[in-house]
Order: sequence, then C-alpha cells, then structure tokens
Amino acid sequence: MPSSHDWINKPLGVVEAMFAQSNSNPEWEAKVLEYFKGQLKEKESHSWVPSLNDVPLHYLKPNSLVKFRCLVQDMFDPEFYMGVYETVDPSTKANVLRCGKYKDVTECGVDLNSRNTVTAERQTFYCVPIPGESPWAKEISFLSAARVVPSTSYVPSRQKRSYEEDDDDMDTQPQKQREPHTETPQIQPHGNGDSKRQETEAPSSQTTTPSDCSSHLDLNFPLPGERGPACLVKVYEGLDSFKLNDTLEIYGILSVNPVLTVLGEENMETPEEQRAHDPPASLVPRLHMLYARPLQHNNPLLPSAPTEDQSAFVSSFLVEMASVRAELLAYLTHVLLGDGLAAEYLLLHLISDVYTRRDVLPLGKFTLNLSGCPLNSYTERLYQIVQQLVPCSYRLSMSLHTMNSMRLVPKKDYVANRLVSGALQLARNTSLFLDETQLEQGQLDSSGVRNITALGNLISWQKVDYDFSYHQMEFPCNINVLVTSEGRSLLPSDCQVPLQPQVTPPNMEEYLTTIHMAQFTSQINKFRVYLSLARTLDYSISDEVTKAVEDDFVDMRKDDPQSVTAEDLHRMLVVARLLSLSLGQTTLSRDGWMRAKHIDMLRRSRTEQQKSLNGNEP
Amino acid sequence: MSSPTSTPVGSKPSSDGLASPPSQRRRGQDSSNGDLPAMPTSPATDIASPAVHDTSLFSSPRRSVLPSEVDMSSPLIGVRGTPVRQRPDLGSARKAPQVDLHTELPSADGAVASEQAAGQKLVIWGTDVNVGTCKEKFQRFLQRFIDPTSNEDENAGLDLNEPLYMQKLEEISVIGEPVLNVNCSHVQSFDADLYRQLISYPQEVIPTFDMAVNELFFERFPDSILEHQIQVRPYNALKTRNMRSLNPEDIDQMITISGMVIRTSQLIPEMQEAFFQCQVCAFSTRVEVDRGRIAEPAVCRNCNTTHSLALIHNRSAFSDKQMIKVQESPDDMPAGQTPHTTIVYAHNDLVDKVQPGDRINITGIYRAVPMRENPRQSTVKSVYKTHIDVIHFRKTDEKRLHGLDEDSDQKLFTEERVQTLKELAAKPDVYERLSSALAPSIYEQEDIKKGILLQLFGGTRKDFSQTGRGNFRAEVNILLCGDPGTSKSQLLQYVFNLVPRGQYTSGKGSSAVGLTAYVMKDPETKQLVLQTGALVLSDNGICCIDEFDKMSDSTRSVLHEVMEQQTLSIAKAGIICQLNARTSVLAAANPVESQWNPKKTTIENIQLPHTLLSRFDLIFLMLDPQDEAYDRRLAHHLVALYYQSEEQIEEEFLDMAVLKDYIAYARTYINPRLNEEASQALIEAYVDMRKIGSGRGMVSAYPRQLESLIRLAEAHAKVRFSDKVETVDVEEAKRLHREALKQSATDPRTGFVDISILTTGMSATARKRKEEVAQALKKMIQSRGKIPAMKYQQLFDDLRGQSEAAITKDMFEEALRALADEDYLTVTGKTVRLL
Repeated sequence: MPSSHDWINKPLGVVEAMFAQSNSNPEWEAKVLEYFKGQLKEKESHSWVPSLNDVPLHYLKPNSLVKFRCLVQDMFDPEFYMGVYETVDPSTKANVLRCGKYKDVTECGVDLNSRNTVTAERQTFYCVPIPGESPWAKEISFLSAARVVPSTSYVPSRQKRSYEEDDDDMDTQPQKQREPHTETPQIQPHGNGDSKRQETEAPSSQTTTPSDCSSHLDLNFPLPGERGPACLVKVYEGLDSFKLNDTLEIYGILSVNPVLTVLGEENMETPEEQRAHDPPASLVPRLHMLYARPLQHNNPLLPSAPTEDQSAFVSSFLVEMASVRAELLAYLTHVLLGDGLAAEYLLLHLISDVYTRRDVLPLGKFTLNLSGCPLNSYTERLYQIVQQLVPCSYRLSMSLHTMNSMRLVPKKDYVANRLVSGALQLARNTSLFLDETQLEQGQLDSSGVRNITALGNLISWQKVDYDFSYHQMEFPCNINVLVTSEGRSLLPSDCQVPLQPQVTPPNMEEYLTTIHMAQFTSQINKFRVYLSLARTLDYSISDEVTKAVEDDFVDMRKDDPQSVTAEDLHRMLVVARLLSLSLGQTTLSRDGWMRAKHIDMLRRSRTEQQKSLNGNEP
Repeated sequence: MSSPTSTPVGSKPSSDGLASPPSQRRRGQDSSNGDLPAMPTSPATDIASPAVHDTSLFSSPRRSVLPSEVDMSSPLIGVRGTPVRQRPDLGSARKAPQVDLHTELPSADGAVASEQAAGQKLVIWGTDVNVGTCKEKFQRFLQRFIDPTSNEDENAGLDLNEPLYMQKLEEISVIGEPVLNVNCSHVQSFDADLYRQLISYPQEVIPTFDMAVNELFFERFPDSILEHQIQVRPYNALKTRNMRSLNPEDIDQMITISGMVIRTSQLIPEMQEAFFQCQVCAFSTRVEVDRGRIAEPAVCRNCNTTHSLALIHNRSAFSDKQMIKVQESPDDMPAGQTPHTTIVYAHNDLVDKVQPGDRINITGIYRAVPMRENPRQSTVKSVYKTHIDVIHFRKTDEKRLHGLDEDSDQKLFTEERVQTLKELAAKPDVYERLSSALAPSIYEQEDIKKGILLQLFGGTRKDFSQTGRGNFRAEVNILLCGDPGTSKSQLLQYVFNLVPRGQYTSGKGSSAVGLTAYVMKDPETKQLVLQTGALVLSDNGICCIDEFDKMSDSTRSVLHEVMEQQTLSIAKAGIICQLNARTSVLAAANPVESQWNPKKTTIENIQLPHTLLSRFDLIFLMLDPQDEAYDRRLAHHLVALYYQSEEQIEEEFLDMAVLKDYIAYARTYINPRLNEEASQALIEAYVDMRKIGSGRGMVSAYPRQLESLIRLAEAHAKVRFSDKVETVDVEEAKRLHREALKQSATDPRTGFVDISILTTGMSATARKRKEEVAQALKKMIQSRGKIPAMKYQQLFDDLRGQSEAAITKDMFEEALRALADEDYLTVTGKTVRLL
C-alpha cells in the first residue's frame, strides 16, 4: 500500500532527519527539496499523495504531505521565522538545535537569545482552487487519483471540520463511507468568536445546511458560488518565480495546528486584517510548500507531469486529430443550429491562446462575437455545452444589474490588507462566456462603466488593471472571451460571426439536450483532450509561405485598399494559425492560408449581408 | 558635563528594548572577529537562564568612575538644565540603575562597556563602537563638513562654503527646533567608518551623536533655551532603497526605504515608564518598559510589604506612537506580483507627520520581534513580527506643488548601467536606434516615432519667473490624427507603459473633473480633500488621451491652461489653488467622418478648436498610404511578428528596459543649452518660415513655432546625451517640424503649407474667400437702394443667382455675420434689416 511511505505520512520526520545529519551545513535545505522532488518523479508516485481538492480536510492527517491544485490569489508580505532555534530538551536538560522550517510553531522554551538562532524569510500565498473549474474536470481528477482511503488514524480530537467540503456537492463521490453529519453538533464556533459579524460580501454564502458557516468568513474566491478549500501556502524557495494568478500544483506539508487561530495577542493589526491573514486553520489550512509544479492546463485527461510521457501521448493523438476535429465540428454545428461556419469559428476560438506578447500587443488572442443568438435560454444552454468541453469556464450574464453591482476587477482592501478578488481574476485559458443577450436598456452607473471598460481592456489588451486605490496595477492575463449577443456586441472583438440557424427546432431545450445526450462520454473526453492539446502545439511559418502571404496581401490591397487593412491581416494570420493547429499541423501551408482566407471571406460576406439587412448596423 | 569620556560608558541607553535574537547573533559574530574586546564573560548558561527577564539591566565594572551617570538616564536634568527627551524611536528606554551595582557578571542584554585589555579603549558591548572616538569623529564632522555642490533645498540660504552643519546648529539656536537632520551620504563621504557604524549600530551610535551635538551646541550657544536636547535624525542611508530587498540581515540596522503611506492609525499612548506607589508607606518607584512589558515590583523595597504597589497613571511617562502602513511604490515591483507592505512606528513629534497617499522616504531601524510566549501553551508561532521604528520621514512628493523635485524621480543607476547607456549614446545612429526600438510592433511611421521619442525626452526646463514670464514649457505635445485602425491607440498604450508617470485616459470616458482635480469630502474627518486627476498625476510624465475628438468641450477647455501654462487652477468648494501639471500630452483623434477626407483641412477633419491645436508642437497624420511597396513591407512586418521567436526580436531591437533607463537618465542628468551656432540656425529657420508666407501676404509662423523648434532641438540634444544644442539638433527639429506641418497644415485647396490653418483655424485662402463673399453681398444690397429690410431666404437666393461660384448656406451666414460685425445690418429671425 502506497500510503505506507513515510515521506507522505511523516514528511517532517524526513526533514528533521536530514537537518540532524547536516550539522548546520546549510546545504541540507537543497537536499530536502531534492529528495522530495526525486520521490515525486517516480512513476505514479504523485498520485499517491492525497489532494486537498478532493479529500475533505478533516480526513487528512495533519503534518502529512498533500497536494493542492490552485491559483495564487494573493501574495502576502514576507515574514521572518526561526529557521533554526535552540531549545532545552526537558529530559536531558541539554540544549538542542531544532529546525523551524516547514513548521508554523515551535516548541516552548525557545531560547530567544541564543546565538545559534537563524532567522529566515518565507512568504505566504493565499491560494484558492482554480476558479471556474468545470465539474467534469474535478470529477475526473478525483476519480483518477488513487483514492487515499481516509486514514484510520483519524484523530477524533480534531473536531473542527472543514465546513466547505462537507457541504460540497459530493454526489460524484463514489465512496459513501463519509461519516454522516452526526458530528455536526460538535462544531465549535470558529476561533475568533465573531460569528455575529456577518460578512456582507461573502459570495459563497449559499446556506445549504444550517451548519454552513461560510458566510462568516469570506474566503475570497474570484467567482461567486465557488467552493473548496482555500489555503495559506508558505513558500520558502524561488519566491520570485511565482506570480499572481499562476496555476500551480503544490506539494506541501499540511499544518492545521489550532495554535494558529489564537488571536488577539498583538494589536498591530486590525481585526479585519487578522481575519484575512490568520483565519482559523480548520477553515484555511496552512501548506508548507516543498515542491510546486506550474500547470500548463488543468485538464486531467492529459498527462501533465513528465515530459516524455506527454510527447508520446501527443504524437499518438496527432494521428487522430483530423477525425476528432471533424466529429467535434459536426457536434458544434448541431449545437449552433446547423451553422457550420459559426461552428468552425467557435472551434478556433476554443483553442486560441495568447502565445506571446510583442510590447503591449498580445498575439494569438481570438475573441469571438457570436451575434444573432436566439433569445431565451439558448445562450445558457450553449454555455453548458462549452463548459462540458473546456476545463475552466465562467458565464458572466451581462444584465444591467450584474454589470452595475458585480465586482469584476480585483481591488486591494487596505484595511484587511488583502486583494479582494473579482470575477476577472481567472486562470490562464479560462473560457469567459459573456452573455450580452441578457443586457437590457437602462443606465449603467459608474461601477457599471468601469466594469464594461475592464471587459473592453481585457478583450483588446488581455490585461486587467487591478485597483490599488492610489494607483492601478496592470496584470496580463490570457482569457478566451466569447461574447454572445443579438446584434453586434458593444464590446470590441477580434471577429464577429452572425449566427445563421439552418434549423429552427420548436423546442430549443429539448433539441440541445438531445444533442448533448447523444454524445458518449468517451467521445466528449476525446473532444476535451483535443481542445487542450491543440493549444499546446508549436507553430511556425516557413519563409516560402511568408512570401506567399505577403504577395497575397499586396494583391488584395491592389484591387481595393479599403477592403483589407492591417487589422484584417492580423486576424487572418491568427485564423490561419488556429486553423492549422486545429488540424494538427504545426506549420502553415499554402493550403492552410487559402482556407483561412476563404472562411474569413465567407464570414465577411455574411457580416456585409447583415449590415445591408439591418441598415443601421454600425 | 563633568567627565565626557566616561559618561557614556554607563549611560549607554542601548538596552535593546526590543531585542531580537537575530541581532544578537549578528553582533556575536561581528564582535568575535577583529580586534574587538573579549565578550563579557557571561557563560552560555547564564544567557539562557531566566535571568534575562530580570530588570537587572546594566552594570559596569567601572561603575565607580561614573559620577555623572545621571546625565543621560535622568529624564529631567540634561546639559545645562535642558531636559533630555526620550527616544523611543531608538528603542532606548533608559534603565534606572536600581540593580545591584556591584554585580560582577554583566547581564546579557545590558549596555555594558568593557575595557580592552590593551588600553583604555572602551566599546559598547556587542559592537565595535567606542563612544569617545565616535563622538569626537562626529563633532569633527559637524565642524568641518562642507558640501559646495549641495543642491538640497534644506540647505537653501546657507553658505555652501562654510561648514554646513554648524550653520544648521546656528539655525537651531535661532528657531529653537531641537532636531538636527543629518544626511548619511555626507557622513559617508566624510568618514566611511563612522558611516558604517551608524548603519550597523544605530541604536548605540545615534545617542552618541546626540551627546556630541549637544555638547557642541551648548558650548557654542550657551544661552540657548531649547525645549529639549537636540536629537540627531540621520536620513538617506544608502544601504537599502527597496522594501523588497529587506531581509533578515537588515534587522536592527538603519535603513532607508521609499514607499507610499496607505494607512495611519490613531495615536497610541505608549507607556515608557511606570510609576508605582506603595499603598502602605507611600514609597514610590519607577519601572521602565522592557520589551513592551512592565514588571510590577512584587515587594516594596522600603517597607517590605508584598503586593502593595499600585500603578499611578498620571505620574507615569507616556510617549506618542502611531502605526503607519507603507506600501512599496509601484516602480519598485517586479511584474506580476503584488506590492509588499511594511509596518512603521512613528514616535513623538513624528506622529501625524504623514497622511495616507503620501510618497515618503523613511529612515529608521528595522526590527523583528518574536511572538510572545503564552504560558498556557506548549508551542508558539515561529514567526517574527517586523516593523520599522522611524527616525526620519522625507516626503518625496510634497514639493510637487512648487519647485521640481529631483529626488523622487532620481533613479539610481549602477555604474555599469550608466556605462552601457553612455556607450549607446556615443553611437552615431542612436537617434534612429531608439526611435525604431519604440513600439517595434507598430510598423514604420518613423517620423511619428521620432516625434514621440523627442516628446519622451522633453526640452530643457527654463525658469523665467524672475523676468515675469514664469516657467517656460519644456514638454512637447503631440497630436496624432488619422483613420481608425492605424494603431494610434497601440502607440499610446506603448508610451503609457514606457514612462513611469504615464496616465492613459480615453476622451470618451473622462470628464473635466477626472482629468484635472476634484474636491471630495472625507467621510471620516469631514475634511475637504483635493483628489487629483489624470493630468496632475502625470506631472513630469506623459498623459495619453485617446479619442481626443470625443471629449466634451468643457473637458477640453481645461487643457488650454495645462498645455501652455503647465498649471491647473482650481476654484471649488472653498479650495482655490494652482497645481502644477507639467505634463506632455500625447493625444489621438479620429476624423469626424470616420475616414480622413483629404479634401479638407485638419481642422475640418477633426473638428477641434484651433486654439487647442496650436498648442501641439507636432501634429501627425497617420494615414493609410495605399501604395504597393508599403503594403509589402507592412505584410512582411506583420507576418514576422507572428512567427519570429522572442530571441530574434530581442536581437533586432533594444530592450524596453534599456530604453526606459536611457530616457530616465537623460531626463535627470542632461540639460542641454543652446550654443551660438544653434541659436543662429534657429533664428534663420524662423525667419525662413516667416518669409514663406510673407510672399503671399500671410503669416506663416508664430513665436509658438519657434518655441516648438527650440524644444525639439533640445530634446534631440538630450537623445545624444549632449550638454549643448548644436546645429544637427536644430536641423532635425526643423525637419521633423516641417514633416509634421506638411502632413497637417497643407491647405487642400492650394497645396501650400499654411500654418494659419492651425493657428486660426482657417487657411488664408479660405479667409480671403469669406471676405469676398461678404463684399459681394454688401454690394448687392447697396445696389438695391434704400430698403430698410428684406427677407433672409430671398437674399440668399439672390446672392446665389448672382455669384459665379457656388455659395453654401454656411458661407452666406458667415458673410451676414461679417456685415453685422461692421454694423451694416442686423439679422432678426427671418428678416435682415439695414442699419
């Protein structure tokens, strides 16, 4: 049984042994990291480590190794801690050097004046589960991870249970051996005893059971209605390599020592700040990072760790690519009411990715505006289908009320000294589905205008200006924005496709449900892999094709300089790129270019048509 | 002072009030090497013993020679009766000598001087500071330090060739404010060793400085009466600049960091000394704060009653304290991370010196305090709380309301960086290189980029306020107009990202208020607060305004003042003031008819008032050239953008960071002046420009154009890192100016460049035609004889019938207006009356 591994159950023991051997040689720190990295490299070994995402906190052993798939939501100030301290062994009365790394607390009787004390620096990141992670992604990663059986050594003294996980919709969980809610009455009021203070902004406060205490503590999730454990991750090495909004898989030592929640010892901080920075460990556990793997994607169907595995997987899938694409296209065509062109564009949009930036210009973004969407619940259905395909997504219904009231842009709260999240704080490659069909006439107030501006900036520059009160700070992002609207969207977009339904099903709901049901899970899984994979492929243009494209451009402009602008060339180059990638081709062929030109022409003729139909279309 | 040499020994107030282990570790190491005295002979066990928490604080084996020990430790008697003021900023609660004076073992954290075996050299325990030498050195520094090149404004009015700090002491004796600010860089240049000691052991060295300066002061001005003794406040420690670079090594050292105040707390009274009185015998005793705690005496020493002492609040000593949160300034941050914050404690008169939003430089001592142990728990958090005890605040933006502030913008350049920049500047094609490095993703438009480059550098600031003209504008303003989709916005975005104080607004969304400043009532204090808008925020920077044409007229009107006078006047809700807004404006405007109409003038195309246009030094058109060769190059450029790898791009172009530094360096250090030839060239250029028009009876250049030329020439000299504006600079300025004019001020009717399009909004030919129509109309009316009134519409029809050229209604109305101005007729409704 894999859980017999000491390095998973008692990682601190491993650390301490190495520290004891080292004789204060500072190299031991590197050795520890090396060791854990080595252990995790072994085949399958990383799946033995229980995941905070899947296992309720109270089933995890304190001070054991766990992993956490998350997004860095906020970075707190660096803190100094006792890296090495001296204490008196009560039995032998001798002075002992102890290691304080990867721990929150020290044993008492620390000699604060010892010369052997080493002060070291670490930083705390506030991490939340990846916002908008699709249910299927959660489910699959949950199933595929070798389920760590809740340890029998479950310590009953740890009564504080994670309220988050318990209320979580765990229908997906196959094992039903979770304890019934009998222990609910034992719940202690959480730490600071300010349960009276209602957090008004708590977005996740959907009181499903009376025991749900989430409304008392705002866990600061970017998206409303999110659940899952938030975590304070203590980072020791490579502080500069982490950035806000990075998605990481963190392997670290879980710490839930109740001492951490003792409050009110120093009045340096405001109560708000204390709550934000030292929440009860039973709600927000601490994780001492040993190893972090940046995630390129959070699609559990794709191998993510060892690179050799991945390349083998990619090459095997490449063969299938064209056929999967055809199937997916057919599927999307059905979904888009028989509109093949729109389906083609939707497919391209789903694999788009900002692959680089040239000074301020993000390259590769492909914001799609599907106009002419049927009203009623069509867009909602469409979103559900997109959600089934991509690992991360969020639907923002742009009703007047949400635009005026919702917080899209993260804002620094100086009282609590934390970054209050907003809906635009998303992981890379999240699909943001803006539903403009929900927008009605009326007045946007100033926050509404700010929100619309933020969306516009996001689309045009792929960046979000976080509000730091005294100044703004720009954070680049990489979000796929899909706008559905009746007419042309009021937001900018890279490409607008008016939807031309070929079929008009009498009952839209039923129609879409049938299409969706008709797909086998294995089929859908193929689509999922396809979409994630196509994005990761490399791409290049040969000199020869470059030349051809240039010639083509000059020719097009010769006939009518107004018809093709630099902007159009930008778009066509992106379309050509995505088109090639969608077929599994990593270089642009002349053919590919012609196809890109062709579909762009079709699309443009369609918009022209729309214009002449409506007349007043700008 | 009776025995100055021995006084300090016992009175060293350095009791490590907030002692932290790290510092001790460091000190332990420090003093163990070098020719330092042996450590006090306390065995290790002693250190670990609970005696640490004792009140026993210091003692000295040389106690017997310390008669004047009261000097520093009594709060009331100081040098010649001037009271000493406590310095909680140094954590130096002085210890009352109430412990057994003859203890042989010096306790661990007391301030103890030990004697070096070799001679009489005494150093403070744990450091290599000898009080006597240190004092002497500092006195010598005060008496001798001269900085003839000083340009700090604190030193305004002082004779730079006399010892600087002696003059400051004199100032203190006159003004009576007993604070002496000492620039650490002065100390460093005077005595590097003293500086090192000051940085490493501020807690010990600064009180020594205090003593030194007081001795010196009262020697010189024996009759001065001060509120308390002079306190030395060092500032500008060179060691640390950036909050991010603080690390455990800096604990207990003196540091200077810059940042922005984000929050200040209420005033906190902090007990410095508790006064206890025995309930039984009324015996009183004082207990000093030790690490934030008061140890209540359990036994009365007088009557030996236990637990009889009660705290008397109003006889205890308190000091003011304030917590201030400081956030690092945005410029110091690596991309993609959040700003760090630090807690700062201000004491006594530094309380309430700063407000949230202020940008400040803080000099202080960095502290780390371990979490307190809770006796009821077996474990304790292993984290230290860190903060800075502030010694000196320096606001970096307070001078924004008046003179230019050199300090805040001054980026520190390393030697190597300066070297690379200079090497770059020496290249003959630096101008071309830099302009092509600007927004490489935007294709060609070389002249526009060059124009923007010059804007980034700006002209030389000139002050004519003495002759009554006030400041001369040094900033270059540029307007880009052209078809939509010609990457104007992208260019603006790039510039905005390049300059440290850039602001980006869109004309559509901004109001006059958002651009300038507005008055807000603070919800808490009910105080009126002036909030600054984009233009004021970009003072000394560039304000990028997109969609300039969409801006409302009232908003635009505020730009008039900003763009020429470089100030903003505000009269609102009882606040009347003038703010500096020395900002360059980079604006982009779209033509009214969505497509540029080549048959119309610039003014007609963008519909902006000419009064505003004439304030732009350069107006560029960004048009689609519609020519095959251009298309090909454009296509090549774009395709390359999509497939070239990161490295290839970097080889071709200068790094954005280098460009940033280059501009920052040139803006701070280079101030070119016109040389003789260049002035001649400028005069000639101006005369030439005037001549062009005079042949056709119109004015083709105004002094404003000459000023533009000067600014551009200066900026070009800055690009070359040259202190002189030479003929080459003037040539380039002329060329660029001409290019821009050619684009924007060509009269579409005649094909001539006509500056009056921009200055008066109408080309000379158009004006001439207006005149003609008016004359024709007048003639026609006169020919009809004496009719007092006529119908408007009929008159219009008649005129149209009569004239050979087509006459529009606008032209007709203009002619009527012209005649009305002559008092020839008036127009009332539909009738025209003769006067």
